[in-house]
Amino acid sequence: MTGKTVHLKINRQDGPSSEPYVEEFNVPWRPSMNIISALIEIRRNPMNINGDETTPVQWESVCLEEVCGACSMLVNGKPRQACSTLVDTLEQPIHLAPLKTFPCERDLMVDRQKMFDALKEVKAWIDIDGTYDMGPGPKIPEKDRQWAYELSKCMTCGLCFEACPNVNPYSSFIGPAPLSQVRLFNTHPTGQIQAEERLDQIMGDGGLTSCGNAANCAEVCPKEIPLTHSIAELNKATTLYSFKRFFQL
Amino acid sequence: MNNDRTFFWRKLHSLSGVIPIGVFLFVHFGINYTAFYGEDAYNTAAAMMGNLPFRYAMEIFIIFIPLLFHGIYGIAIAREAKNNLSVYRYEKNMYFYFQRLSGIVVFLFLIWHVGTTRVPAAFGAEVNYDMVANLVSNPIYLMFYIVGILMTTYHFSNGFRTMLITWGITVNQRSQKFGIILGILMFIGLSAIGLIAIFAFV
Repeated sequence: MTGKTVHLKINRQDGPSSEPYVEEFNVPWRPSMNIISALIEIRRNPMNINGDETTPVQWESVCLEEVCGACSMLVNGKPRQACSTLVDTLEQPIHLAPLKTFPCERDLMVDRQKMFDALKEVKAWIDIDGTYDMGPGPKIPEKDRQWAYELSKCMTCGLCFEACPNVNPYSSFIGPAPLSQVRLFNTHPTGQIQAEERLDQIMGDGGLTSCGNAANCAEVCPKEIPLTHSIAELNKATTLYSFKRFFQL
Repeated sequence: MNNDRTFFWRKLHSLSGVIPIGVFLFVHFGINYTAFYGEDAYNTAAAMMGNLPFRYAMEIFIIFIPLLFHGIYGIAIAREAKNNLSVYRYEKNMYFYFQRLSGIVVFLFLIWHVGTTRVPAAFGAEVNYDMVANLVSNPIYLMFYIVGILMTTYHFSNGFRTMLITWGITVNQRSQKFGIILGILMFIGLSAIGLIAIFAFV
């Protein structure tokens, strides 16, 4: 082998309430390495840059092809998916850290539960059947399906939460990704049945109006979901609905 | 029954920046600009505004209450943000940051501005060309005005752009780009009017 190495600097934390610390590693370089393969090298030989044996760095990953959203972390300060971030495109030492918006479980693992709770709050699903088979629903028009498919690529990775200046402990903002899911499910012909319930939900404290239009979400989204377009579309829908809610029914 | 009024208050905050505050800003800048035509023109315009019927009611309901609401609620909104411009140097994130910064600067500027014009006027001073000319003869006060004008025109122009998004008027990327161009043009135009006006007093 060439003897070339990859220098990693990792923010570590032994448990949810432990003190964070930084540990550095040198791992052997291979062509086309991503961050995950560098982390696998550490797991194979958990020895830090001083040659001391240490605990292997913990991280999460499932699919390794940027569709599951589990390997979100800060790579050189930027929120990225570790699987689709190639080592050769980065400046060394490569600094890895857990996302700051979510509570750290251990090392690079964070708890994204608040995102899943938000999806429940906005009813990010479609009620298919009742107590009996209600038959097939209406078809979604092709022109809607094309962009709705883009929204459905959201993998709840949390990078938009990380980049949003209004998602933080001082704010109750629900975050960009769940809002975009409201637009997705309100577009679906069967999902439309609960459209107003979803709009009601995002019109409260910490809802849609907590968006400050900084648009970082759309910049960092690894799936290039047009989150700002979704939010603006929901602004239109909630504005119209607010008039309907006030003057009718 | 839904008792959460967040949506209403946020929308009112967005609207109040344009109506009545934005409309008032246009009128105010228009009156100021008459100074460019000379001292007499400005004094005539200022006297006309000062002699409008229902002046105090209009001042309270069109200017002071909306400004206080927009300013105080705006500071509460700004406090929710954890600015991250150092990591995310994107165009709209800069607009976001400067919107909050300019809002706070304008709030402070207006306290000084009202304190040096309306408050003396309430104690009998006449609002005329000389009042402003005396103020801006002090270079520090002139600096306050220049900064105050530019922060105000930025805050209004960018706020108008985001108002179009907040009300669901500019929805897709193309119209939002148009909103940015519109905002830049308004910023240049209003800043030019405001600065020409203040330098007419120097």
